[in-house]
Amino acid sequence: MPYSTFSWKTETGPGSRFNMTGRGLKTLSIATVLFLMAGFALVFLWVPMDADQGFKQKIFYLHVPLAIVALLGFIAGGVEGYRHLRTGDRRHDANSYVFIHISVTFGVAVLVTGAIWAKASWGYWWVWDEPTLVSFLIVFLLYCTYYPFRYAIEDRDRQARYASVFAITAGAFVPLNFMAVRMAESVIHPRVFATSEGGLPDSMLLTFLVCFVGIGLLWITLVKTEMVGKKVSGQVSYLRRRLHDDGSGGSVGGRIAPSVEAK
Amino acid sequence: MTSSREAFMALLGKDLRTELRTMRSLPAMVLFAVTTFIIFRYGLDRTTLSGSLAGGVLWTTLLFAGILGINRIFVSELEEGGFDAIRLAPVDRTVLFTSKVAALFIYLAVLQLIVVPVFAVFFLPDWSALGPLVAVLIGANLGFSVLGTLISSMAVNSRARDLLVPLLLLPLVVPLMIAATAASAGLFDAAGPDYDGFGTWLLVVGLYDGIFLLVGYAVFDFLLED
Repeated sequence: MPYSTFSWKTETGPGSRFNMTGRGLKTLSIATVLFLMAGFALVFLWVPMDADQGFKQKIFYLHVPLAIVALLGFIAGGVEGYRHLRTGDRRHDANSYVFIHISVTFGVAVLVTGAIWAKASWGYWWVWDEPTLVSFLIVFLLYCTYYPFRYAIEDRDRQARYASVFAITAGAFVPLNFMAVRMAESVIHPRVFATSEGGLPDSMLLTFLVCFVGIGLLWITLVKTEMVGKKVSGQVSYLRRRLHDDGSGGSVGGRIAPSVEAK
Repeated sequence: MTSSREAFMALLGKDLRTELRTMRSLPAMVLFAVTTFIIFRYGLDRTTLSGSLAGGVLWTTLLFAGILGINRIFVSELEEGGFDAIRLAPVDRTVLFTSKVAALFIYLAVLQLIVVPVFAVFFLPDWSALGPLVAVLIGANLGFSVLGTLISSMAVNSRARDLLVPLLLLPLVVPLMIAATAASAGLFDAAGPDYDGFGTWLLVVGLYDGIFLLVGYAVFDFLLED
């Protein structure tokens, strides 16, 4: 991970209690595992086969929740960017970064599962007539540029501010892009939610919801884990600076190594 | 305190005068566009174009030629201290945003004034599409200028400026390009201009312009702070 080595300033004074383990992370992880296990058990053991697509349709319970959670994460990243600009609180910038980071990771999974589903259903790895998948690719490519953009700016305050502006602009772009791409394509995709029989049967809807909650919890767990990691590395570099030069001067984070002068 | 309108006119006038005297962006954009037409002529192996192919070639060329100008729109401000001057001046900072959007809009309009007729001479057997095309050009230029100004001001302070502008801009303008090419494709129809869906696509262009004009206006202040 070339970009994982920087941290946010977490200036906690000496003696302040610092939550290094991430409170509630354990409960959250257990809930995530339980929901995902329950979801997959329902998918493979209980829910009836789709009449048109058969077994292949089961990837729907993974692909769609991943996509929805990733998109919500992108929009939440924009909201956090907005809050950062409003308040100037660096924690919101950190949230915005981590939200986008985890959502980009989910985005890879969305594109891979989408390609697998397309191959199984239509025999092609990529189908241009599928507006949702194409829109998702465009959004994904846009958010991939968040990393090179962020790290091309040296000054940390400016980096945070510019990244927030990016997050807001891209967040506004997400719904617009989906609308434009959908308008441009003829809709031939099997709409699982709205079939000719009129909507998803109750058993499928329940399974979908369980999977959706599971994936949502997974996203939250990953975000929280990442945040704890950032806080710990911030705390470590803070302590290291205190150890060497009483915490005055020196840069924070590992990317620009703290300048340590022997006394 | 100078009024915003005076500041706007002063900044826009400054940009246009500089461009007229130095000719830093426009000639390069025009040359690039014309050369790209030639590459398309051989790449596609066509001597005439119609329908969506014509729309695609025209908009791809305008998009990439535009990026050349967008790359440069803030460089002089950075190098000659224009940003500091604006920060010191007792004017609303968003004036810089609106004046740059206007300047970019004019650059693109001048580019198209030269390049679109060249395109018509090169590829179009029938020129009746050019009239209604003006509406699409104006709408798309506005969106392109707004986004270009926003992205360029973000990228200009970074290390990899020339790389970042196209990287950030291209995904963001995809919806605009979809709408602009779809609106133009009907106009370039081989059997004469076809207005089916033209209004809807123009509306999408307008919506896009409106949303990003608001976003740009809201966030631009934060890009100038230091």
